[in-house]
Amino acid sequence: MAWFSKKPRIAVVPEPATEPPQPSRMQGLWAKCETCDEIIYRQELEKNWMVCPHCEHHHAWPARARLGALLDADSFEEFDKELEPQDPLGFSDSKKYKDRLKSSRKNLGENDAFISGVGRIDGHQVSVGCFVFEFMGGSMGSVVGEKVARVFERAHELKCPALVFSASGGARMQEGIFSLMQMAKTSAAIARFRTGNKPYVSVLLNPTTGGVAASFSWLGDVILAEPKALIGFAGPRVIEQTIRQKLPEGFQRSEFLLEHGMLDAIVHRKDMRAKLAQLLGLVG
Amino acid sequence: MATGTGYALDFERPLIELEKKIDELKALSTSGSVDFSSEISKLEKKAKKLQTEIFSDLSRWQVVQLARHSARPFFLDYVQHLFTDYFELSGDRRFGEDTSLIGGFARFDGKPVMVLGHQKGRTTKENMSRNFGMPRPEGYRKALRLMELAERFEKPIFTFVDTMGAYPGIGAEERGQAEAIAVNLEVMSRLKVPIISTVLGEGGSGGALAIGVGNRVLMMQNSIYSVISPEGCASILFRDASKASKAADALKLTAKDLLEMKVIDEVIQEPAGGAHRDPPKAAEALGKALRKHLGQLSGMSPDELVRDRYNKFRAFGVFSGR
Ligand SMILES: [Zn+2]
Repeated sequence: MAWFSKKPRIAVVPEPATEPPQPSRMQGLWAKCETCDEIIYRQELEKNWMVCPHCEHHHAWPARARLGALLDADSFEEFDKELEPQDPLGFSDSKKYKDRLKSSRKNLGENDAFISGVGRIDGHQVSVGCFVFEFMGGSMGSVVGEKVARVFERAHELKCPALVFSASGGARMQEGIFSLMQMAKTSAAIARFRTGNKPYVSVLLNPTTGGVAASFSWLGDVILAEPKALIGFAGPRVIEQTIRQKLPEGFQRSEFLLEHGMLDAIVHRKDMRAKLAQLLGLVG
Repeated sequence: MATGTGYALDFERPLIELEKKIDELKALSTSGSVDFSSEISKLEKKAKKLQTEIFSDLSRWQVVQLARHSARPFFLDYVQHLFTDYFELSGDRRFGEDTSLIGGFARFDGKPVMVLGHQKGRTTKENMSRNFGMPRPEGYRKALRLMELAERFEKPIFTFVDTMGAYPGIGAEERGQAEAIAVNLEVMSRLKVPIISTVLGEGGSGGALAIGVGNRVLMMQNSIYSVISPEGCASILFRDASKASKAADALKLTAKDLLEMKVIDEVIQEPAGGAHRDPPKAAEALGKALRKHLGQLSGMSPDELVRDRYNKFRAFGVFSGR
């Protein structure tokens, strides 16, 4: 795959000092694959789009690197970067919400858990957004909801397809009822977008659960997923506690959902750009 | 007036015991020759004072408990009080029937409407058959079918929310719980008839919102509406489920909170001591509110209704920058 060997173009991926708090085994020069335990030279893993060369496990892939690799060179124009979260509830648990935001912002250089804008894939213009999972588990509060809604409004305005990469634990508890309402807000934006004739392609990454799964993420005209991503409404632990039995092997993984008719296709990371280009060629 | 269900919350108990004593004295007065009337009126005054004391300043956690009270009027109780000619419709035409989320055509002030809501059970047996008011995808898809029917026949829709949440189970996930909820959110946002949603008791997260996208969103005084249950929030953020009361405060989930945050349109006052102490009176207050809001909406054209609902939900969110 020719595009596969290109370097990510939007190289704003933070260096280790400001990197997201990932498992320690993913830091440093060497990384240990969390699935097959093989030790991989970190640079090799990054060159391989964070896919383990031994077992094909898809490791977390930072949003900017993903957008850089999937979109045409220099085609991404970011929007709504200046939107910043507030603390409407004055929420505090073991830590103040404001402090959580501050430290996430400092570590990641992002204002919230979603990056969005307009770009091209193989020449096709798309209104695109991608979750920053490292920012508070990709949780959706007011800013994420607003940016998602604007992805669809922009697509509608520009008469181009919408493309969203989801990786989120769900609604952000710290913004309470406002987070819940983002589910309705984003879904309403899609209803309006669908009065046009452009497609919305939703790509589900590991993990996509809760209020994000139960709103815009599962509303794609076409829904794709990366291999073995955890996707569902309730988290596996909650289900286990409710039904008091062990969950079957592979439950709520991409392959399970495909089998149950809940997805269109599972796409390996190395094929993603080509598949998206093909799709946009057909219905873009 | 005691409720007769035998179930009482801790903070209700002193009042209920006092009322029991009053009832006993009344029974003695009528059967015997001794006159307890001065004693009774003294106790009644005391009971009234106690009631005011207990209920004038409830903590959020106490409101949560009231919202979940098993004697509280449920969806079908309100249907009985407020609607006539209720014709229940079953099944999602895809997989099955879900009795935890039910609905059908009915008349409100004589005019045909669609009503639907979560239905909890009062006894363990009822709860088993109602799945504790926690719908599976079938329930949401049936609700969608009913709402689309209402749109086709140009009937207003009343939805009533009362659920801990959508059911977290294997089958529910296999059949697309998240997808079912998502589709409802999208479709509700563009239905061309008036929708009035009322939270009766528990408004549990996405499973509640899935029938909650109304032109008007109302809440009963002692109901709650939240992105996550206080217990769930406590176990995740405080790492201790017993801190639910603390979590309830942090989440600001009462009707009063939501009105202050301008997320809902109206709080419907319940009778003293809560809706379960006088269900007909609670229903009367709800009916009055529904009538008022339906009146306001019925002057709007289909497109205006869609725009009104869209604008309402599009505006939710607090952030800086433009
Ligand atoms: Zn591996």
